[in-house]
Amino acid sequence: MSDHHDDLPAFCHPVSTKLLFGVFFGLIALTILTVATSALGSALGMPPAFAFPLAMVIATMKAFLVCAFFMHMWWDKSFNVLAFLSSLLFVTLFIGMTMMDTGEYQPTIEAFDVNNLANVEVSE
Amino acid sequence: MAVADSHDTHDDHHDLHDHGEFIAHHFDSAEQQFDSGKLGIWLFLVTEILFFSGLFVAYTLYRTNHPEVFEQAHVFLNKYLGGLNTIVLLFSSLTMALGVRAAQLGRNKNCSIYILITMVCATMFLGVKAVEYSHKWDMGILVRSAFNLTYTHPTPTTEIGKALHISDYLVYLCVVPALLLAGFIVASVISKLINKGTLAKFMIAMAITVSGYFLGVCVGIIFMNATEGETGSTHASVIAEQPLMLLASTQDDHAEGDHDDHDKAAAASNHEGEHSDHEEHFGSHPADGGEASFDAHHPDPSTLSRDVGIFFSIYYCMTGLHAIHIIAGIIALAWLYWRSLLGHWRTDYFGPVDYVGLYWHLVDLIWIYLFPLLYLID
Amino acid sequence: MVDASTRQKLFGTPETNFLNCTKGWKSWAFTLDHKRIGIMYLIGVTIALFLAGVFALVLRSHLFTFDSKMLTDDMYNQMFTLHGAVMVFSFIIPSIPAALGNIVLPMMLGAKDVAFPRMNLASFYLWIIGTGCLLAAILSGKGLDTGWTFYTPYSIDTNTGVIYATFGAFILGFSSIFTGLNFLVTVNTMRAKNQGWFKLPLFVWSLYATAIIQVLATPVLGITLLMLIAEKTLHIGIFDPKYGGDPVLFQHFFWFYSHPAVYIMILPAMGVISELISVYSQKRIFGYSFIAFSSVAIALLGFLVWGHHMFTSGQSLVVTLIFSAITFTVAIPSAVKVFNWLATLYKGSILLNTPMCYALSFIFLFGIGGLTGLFLGALSTDIHLHDTYFVVAHFHFVMVGGTLTALLGGVFHWWPKIWGRMYNDFLGRVGCFLVFSGFNLTFFPQFVMGSRGMPRRYASYDPEFQIFHQLSTVGAFVLGLGILLSFVVLVYSALRGPRCSSNPFRAASLEWQSSSPPDFHNFIHTPVLTDPYDFETQVYDEELDTYIPREFANPDKVAPRKEPVHH
Ligand code: HEM
Ligand SMILES: [Cu+2]
Repeated sequence: MSDHHDDLPAFCHPVSTKLLFGVFFGLIALTILTVATSALGSALGMPPAFAFPLAMVIATMKAFLVCAFFMHMWWDKSFNVLAFLSSLLFVTLFIGMTMMDTGEYQPTIEAFDVNNLANVEVSE
Repeated sequence: MAVADSHDTHDDHHDLHDHGEFIAHHFDSAEQQFDSGKLGIWLFLVTEILFFSGLFVAYTLYRTNHPEVFEQAHVFLNKYLGGLNTIVLLFSSLTMALGVRAAQLGRNKNCSIYILITMVCATMFLGVKAVEYSHKWDMGILVRSAFNLTYTHPTPTTEIGKALHISDYLVYLCVVPALLLAGFIVASVISKLINKGTLAKFMIAMAITVSGYFLGVCVGIIFMNATEGETGSTHASVIAEQPLMLLASTQDDHAEGDHDDHDKAAAASNHEGEHSDHEEHFGSHPADGGEASFDAHHPDPSTLSRDVGIFFSIYYCMTGLHAIHIIAGIIALAWLYWRSLLGHWRTDYFGPVDYVGLYWHLVDLIWIYLFPLLYLID
Repeated sequence: MVDASTRQKLFGTPETNFLNCTKGWKSWAFTLDHKRIGIMYLIGVTIALFLAGVFALVLRSHLFTFDSKMLTDDMYNQMFTLHGAVMVFSFIIPSIPAALGNIVLPMMLGAKDVAFPRMNLASFYLWIIGTGCLLAAILSGKGLDTGWTFYTPYSIDTNTGVIYATFGAFILGFSSIFTGLNFLVTVNTMRAKNQGWFKLPLFVWSLYATAIIQVLATPVLGITLLMLIAEKTLHIGIFDPKYGGDPVLFQHFFWFYSHPAVYIMILPAMGVISELISVYSQKRIFGYSFIAFSSVAIALLGFLVWGHHMFTSGQSLVVTLIFSAITFTVAIPSAVKVFNWLATLYKGSILLNTPMCYALSFIFLFGIGGLTGLFLGALSTDIHLHDTYFVVAHFHFVMVGGTLTALLGGVFHWWPKIWGRMYNDFLGRVGCFLVFSGFNLTFFPQFVMGSRGMPRRYASYDPEFQIFHQLSTVGAFVLGLGILLSFVVLVYSALRGPRCSSNPFRAASLEWQSSSPPDFHNFIHTPVLTDPYDFETQVYDEELDTYIPREFANPDKVAPRKEPVHH
C-alpha cells in the first residue's frame, strides 16, 4: 500500500500517510488493551495464567505492526527480513538452552546463600 | 566476456563526484549504496537484539526461578507512567516514519519538522523516566546490593528540591539537561549574532528538544500524583501489604541467626570499601522521614531484599541500557535534523533518514516488550 | 585481446600504487583504503602476537622444572591470563579476517573497497583502544589473574584489573562486529557483475560464515562483559552467588559467544587453506559447494554446542547430553573440508613452496586438533580430561596449528601481491619447518601429560611430568624461532625482495588481475570475471612474465604454463 510515484527510483517506497496513522492508532489501541487487561484482568475473571501469554501476544502484535509498516519490512528485500528474523531464532536458542539448565543448580545457589556464607572465602 | 568495457580507467582518483554528489566513490550507483546501507543497518539491528538478549535471558531465568518475587516487586513500578512512556515512544515512531516518508519525497522542511517532534518525544520519554528513577531512589529501591527499601520519601535538601517539592535525585537528574538547554540557547543567540542562520535554527531546535525533557518531568510528576491512588500509594498500602505476605511465607524457612552472618559476609565481600554504607544493612539505617522503616517492624527481610533487589538490578540494567539507546538515537536524529536543514534529502538519496529511522523503531520495539515484562506483571 | 601497451599498463609493475599514491603518516592514519587498513591491522596483530608470545615463553621457561621459583604463583596466574586474553581477543580473532581478509576480500569481488570504509577504519581504532585497555590491566600495576574466561565468582572477588580487561574485550568485540558486518554487506552488495554466489572464492565464503558468527555472537559477549562490570562495581547480583546470583549463568553467557568464537578463529583459516591447496596444486578445488556449505554449517552448528565447556560445571544431565551429541555433529563439516582438500591434492601438480608447506602443516595439525576435540566432546572422557593439559593441547592444535599456520601461509601467499616483491622461498620453508616441528614438540607432550592428569593453569607440578614439560619448553622456543624467522623473511622481502609480477603462481581469483602492488582503486580495469578455480583461464604472457586472463593475452605470445615456476 505504498504510494505510487512513477518518478521515484526503484528503491524508494514512501508509505502513505493514511497507513502510518492507521498503524499508530492500532498501536495505541493495543497499548490500552494490554494495560486494561493487566489492570482489570483478574477482576473480569481471567485466569492469572493467561495474563502473561496475553501480554506477550499483544506485544508481538504491536511489534509486528511496527516492523511491517513503520520499518517497511512489508516491502523490503526478503533477505533483510530474513536476516532480522534470524536474530530472534538465536535469541530463542540462547534463552531456551540456558533455561533448560539453570533449574538444576538453583537449590545449590539457595543453599549457598543461606547456609554457607560464613565459609565463603573472599580474597582481599 | 566483457573485455570491451574493460578500459573505463579510473586514472583520476580525485574526482569522486563524477557520478552523483552523494554517491561514495566505491559504489557504482545510488541503488547499490542504498542497498548496502540498508542491509548494514538491518544487521546492526540484529546485533542490537542479541546485545539485549543477555538481559532477556537473565530476566527469564530469574522470573522462572523466583516468580513470586517478580509479582511482589512490580508493584513498585507505576504502570500508568510506563503506559504514558509507551505512548510517547509510539508517537515518536509515527513521526519518525513520517519523517522518513518526507525524506523519501525530498521534502526537507517537512522532514526536519518530523524529526524535531521525534526528538522532543525522545527527551520527554527520558524526563518521565527521570521521575520514575528518582522516585525509586528516594525509596531506596536500588540494585541488589544497595537495595534498602524505606516507606518514605526523604525531605529534599537542595534549594530547588525544597522550593518545588521534588526529590533531590530528580534535581540532580535535571542538571545536565538544564546546562544543555542554557548552552543551546546561548549558542543560538550567538549564531544569530554572527549571521549563521542555519546554525541558529539548529540550536533553537536543540533547545526545544531539551525542553522536551522538562516537559516529560512535569507530565511525569502530574501523572505520578494523579495515579497516587493506584500505584503511587506504594508508600502506604501496597508496599505495606504485599511484600509482607511474601515475608510471612519465607520467614519460617530461615533461622534467626542468618541475618548476622549475612551481613558480615556482605561487608567482607565489599573490598571497595565505599560501598559499605549501602550494603546489606537493611534495617540499620534510621528511616529518613522519621517513620518506622520496613525493617523496624519485621526482622530478617534478607530473603525478600535479595530477590526483590535482583528484580530491580534487572530493571535498571534493561531500562538503563534502553535509555542509553534513546540518547544515542537523539544524537543521530540531531545529525539528521542538521542535514535536513541543509536540504540534503532527495528522492534518490534519503538513506541516512531511513537507517536512523529503523534504529529508532527498534528502540521502540524493545520498549514494546520491556513494558509488559516489567510493568504489567500480575 | 588488447594491445601490448595496455597490457603493460594493466599487468606490468605500476609506478603509482596504493602504497605510494599518497604519503605521510596522515595518509595512513586516516586512510579509508581497505588495503592500508589491512596492513595496519597486520602490523597490529603481529605486535599482539609477539607480546603474547613473550608471555608464553616466560610461562614455558617457568615450567621447565617442577618446583621452579622463576615466577611467583601470582605472577604465573597473571602471565597465563594475559597470554590467553591478548592472544584470543587481540590476535587470533582479528588476525585473518581483519588483516588478510580486509586486503583480499574486496579485490576477490572486483570491488574498489568494502561497503563501509569509515567503519572499517573505526574497527581498527577500536582494536587499538581495546588492546590498550587489555594492557592497561598490566600497566595499572594490578594485572589480571582470572584466565581469559573471566569466570565468576572469582572475577568478581579478585582485586586485579578485571574491569580494564573486560572493558578492553568489550571494545574489541565491537571492533570485530564492525569487521563482520562490513564483510557481510560487502559480499552481498559489492560483488562483480554476474559474480554469483558460486563463483566466489572459498575464502570469501569462509569470511562470510565467520562474519555471520561475528554479528550474531559477539554482541552477547558485549552484554556479558558489561554485566560483569556492573556486577563488580554495583553488585547487581545476577552472577554473584553472594547476592543470590547464578555464577554458572555467566558460563552460559560466556560460551554462547566463545564457542562460536572458536569458529571465528578457524573458519577464515579454512578459507585460506582452500585457496592455497587449489592454487598450488593447480587443480580445481574438489567439492566446491560442499566446502562452501560446510562453512555455513559450521557457523550455525557452532551455536548449538557451547555447553560442552560446562560438562563439569554442574550443568543438568539433559542439556549435557544434548550438547555432547551436537558437538559430534560439528566434526562432520570439518571433516568434509579436510577430505575435500586431500582430494584436491590427489594428482595435482603440487608446488611445495612456503605457503603450500604451511597449508599441508595445517591439514595435519588441524586434523589432530579436531579429532581430540571429539575426545573432549564425549562425556565420559571429558570428565577425566577437562581442565587438564589435554584441553590445552587440543585448543593450541586448532588455534596455533590451525589458525596461526594458515595465517602465515596466507600472508606468504598474498605477500607478493601486497608489496610487489617476492620472498625468499628457501628461508620461508625453513621457517615453516621450524614452526611445524617446534609446534609439535611443544604441544604433543601436553596430550600425554594431560591424559595422565596434569591439570592446566598450575605454576608447579608433580616431578613425573617434568620431562614432558621440558620437551614442551624446548619446543616453544623452536616455535618462537620459526615465527621470528618467517617475520624476518617477510619484512626483508617487503623492503628488499626481488620485484615480482602480477600473478606469479597462476592463481585465478580476481585479486590476481590487479597489478602488484595493486592500484589505489584495486583495478585499473574492470576485471574479467573468471572461475576462481579454473586455472586454464590464465595463460602465461612471455613479455610480462606473468599469468593473465586469456581475454587480455596476445595469442601468439602465450604459453599455457611457464615451466617450472621457481624463484
Ligand atoms: C572439530 C571440532 C571441535 C570439537 C569437537 C571441540 C571440542 C571441544 C571441547 C569439548 C572442549 C572442552 C574441553 C574441556 O574444557 O573439557 C574444547 C575446548 C576448547 N576448544 Fe575445541 N573443539 C573443536 C574445535 C575447536 C576449534 C576449531 C577451536 C579454535 C580454533 C577450538 C578451541 C577450543 C578452546 C580455546 C578450548 C578451551 C577453552 C578453555 O577452556 O579455555 N576447538 N573443544
Ligand atoms: Cu567449544
